[in-house]
Amino acid sequence: MQQTQTQASRFHSGVQRVLRSRVAQVLSYPHGVDRYLEVMNPMWSTGEVRARVEQVQHLTADSVTLTLRPNQHWQGFIPGQFVQLTVEIDGVRHTRCYSPANSVHNGDGTIELTAKAHANGFVSRYLREQMQAGQVVSLSQSGGEFALPANRPERVLLISGGSGITPVMAMLRTLCDEGHSGKITFLHYANRAEDMIYADELAEIAARHDNVELVRCFNGGDTAGELSGLFCREHLLEAVPDYADADTFLCGPPPMMAAVEALWDEEGLDHRLNKEHFTLAAPQVDSDSAEGEVRFARSETLVTNNGANLLEQAEAAGLKPESGCRMGICYSCTCRKTSGQVRDLRTGKVSSGDEQDIQLCVSVPVGTVTLDI
Amino acid sequence: MSIFNSLTAEQFDSIGRELDAIRNREIADLGEKDAKYIRTLIKRQRQLEVAGRGLLMAGFLPPAWLAGVACLSASKIIDNMEIGHNVMHGQYDWMGDPAINSQTFDWDNTCTSKAWKHTHNYEHHTFTNVLDKDHDIGYGILRMSEDQEWEPRFLLNPILAGVLATFFQHFVAVQSLKLEDYLIYKTKTKEEVKAEFKPTWKKMRKQLFKDYLLFPALAGPFFPFVFAGNVTANLARNLWSSQVIYNGHFPEEVEQFPESVIENETRGQWYVRQMLGSANFEGGPLMHLMSGNLSFQIEHHLFPDLPAHRYAKISPEVRAICEKYGLPYNTGPFFKQSFSVWKRIFKLALPGKRKGGGKGTLATVLNKKPAPTGEQVPISRKAA
Ligand code: FES
Repeated sequence: MQQTQTQASRFHSGVQRVLRSRVAQVLSYPHGVDRYLEVMNPMWSTGEVRARVEQVQHLTADSVTLTLRPNQHWQGFIPGQFVQLTVEIDGVRHTRCYSPANSVHNGDGTIELTAKAHANGFVSRYLREQMQAGQVVSLSQSGGEFALPANRPERVLLISGGSGITPVMAMLRTLCDEGHSGKITFLHYANRAEDMIYADELAEIAARHDNVELVRCFNGGDTAGELSGLFCREHLLEAVPDYADADTFLCGPPPMMAAVEALWDEEGLDHRLNKEHFTLAAPQVDSDSAEGEVRFARSETLVTNNGANLLEQAEAAGLKPESGCRMGICYSCTCRKTSGQVRDLRTGKVSSGDEQDIQLCVSVPVGTVTLDI
Repeated sequence: MSIFNSLTAEQFDSIGRELDAIRNREIADLGEKDAKYIRTLIKRQRQLEVAGRGLLMAGFLPPAWLAGVACLSASKIIDNMEIGHNVMHGQYDWMGDPAINSQTFDWDNTCTSKAWKHTHNYEHHTFTNVLDKDHDIGYGILRMSEDQEWEPRFLLNPILAGVLATFFQHFVAVQSLKLEDYLIYKTKTKEEVKAEFKPTWKKMRKQLFKDYLLFPALAGPFFPFVFAGNVTANLARNLWSSQVIYNGHFPEEVEQFPESVIENETRGQWYVRQMLGSANFEGGPLMHLMSGNLSFQIEHHLFPDLPAHRYAKISPEVRAICEKYGLPYNTGPFFKQSFSVWKRIFKLALPGKRKGGGKGTLATVLNKKPAPTGEQVPISRKAA
């Protein structure tokens, strides 16, 4: 068994070496080896991480939990980090960040991602309603500073709100798998008991491990938890009186994060607080009035949006982006918009706030826009 | 008088509005089916290529050689026409897939995608059929318009058109260099040409090395079979794509325009110029596929960034608009359009202007020094 394992892996790395060789590059020029591999199997690549969806579960009414099996290029993650998941919805690629919730010691190499479907969360709704086992998605390698230190802290306090539970869930599961002996408090905020993701598993973990304490806090008069209401000092004093001794890991919606941060700051404990911010959809701006500013990131230039098309605004700012027809047909002026929304002058359609390519000459900014030029 | 001048400003505007409405409707409808279409096509093309290259390895067997050449020719044609040309137009940029994107895609052709996007997407599509602005009128080699000043070299028009077709990918690759400015009109220096040729040569080298050295070498003793197969496949692609492209703008009734049209040109006028300056040809689904849907050249020129497989569907609407405003909708069978193109190529080998323009005799023209292209005075359409 051992023998065949090493033989197989030697064969695999041999194949990878051949595929990444200079000869393979020349033979597959100009498309590249990957473009031929993916035709045979969407999971095959010489370097890109792709993953097959193995399981789709709905732990609560508005959430979805995906079990992904990545290809050999996945390099793993540190509990707390996130990955970028790319899915294609109606022909268009969308990329969002999710923090894996599984233990890094889960043994089978799969990744577990959980998303909460927000009313206007286009991608999360798709994942919740349409995603099916067998689909192949693209992943980035893991990233982010929010991570469990390699030197595991003794006393750990994990505070999360809503779907911010996922990175701290990975921390808890990992620590438990490692037989962590220090005390761990898992303080979680959710609107209602039935919205709490991983509720059963958490209860089970707390029952099994003497050092793990689960404190659930629900809002809106739901008294099913140990606490109720929004985060406040009293909660801490009641549930985690020794919070000052703990390394704290925090992930949740902005108001909750702000409340926790303020308290830790006040007490001079900010160096013990590790946090992960959610990204929220940009506020809607009136698409007809010229507001905000245009940020040309690479040239470190910033101008006030004057309502003209972005090619003119860039040129007025002294930049020389490539251009040609100036009427939207040649695509010379295509450039990357890293954030903000634009309106297409021809169709009137307002884009999403995602990172995407736009044509400068037929796009006007809707609010503040950042461009990679 | 050209039909162009018989339309009123209001008519131009309403043509513009009607065509914009078609575009907006199609853009709003983009989605899954377009993504599926292009992905499936790319998959088929890659399969054809692998099959073709594989079969040629056994090219010492005549049936394998023939099948290999057929697969590889088809692969190259599809790669260049329905995939490369269209993807580089940005037809699938909205998908956000870096592998199917105008900024990153490159094709199995010696022309760099960058040079192509400049001469084709920008110059040719913006200044379609405008003399001295649209280099596709003759590629600097041929005389394709009565309004192009005749020069003695144009006596070779038909021969040069054949040479252009045979080595089409290479001519397209160096098109952006505007070699005639160096070779004939001396308005460009050798150094300039050299510097501009550098990136093109880099790509040419890789393409030539792959097709004519590496793949043949992989076949060992059967090198000549693979080499010959690759030459044939490239030739087939060259002849086919050049004819498709000639047919798009050079059938006899297609109009060419003086530079003055583009001054203050409205969107409606731009649309009309595209329609008058392009010609379709008819055929079945396979014909449309293999021509990259340039069989719908008129629709393509109106909406160059709309996925080309949609042209067939909107062509009746475009035709109806043409009829409504009394504009010609130039189409016909492939062979008829090709014949018309070649007739023009032969005719224009000899000096002669559009009706009304003085017909220079061979002797007088031969004595005349060719004027630099930039100084040519195009005949105004009104006089024509
Ligand atoms: S300049 Fe041609 S598309 Fe913008």
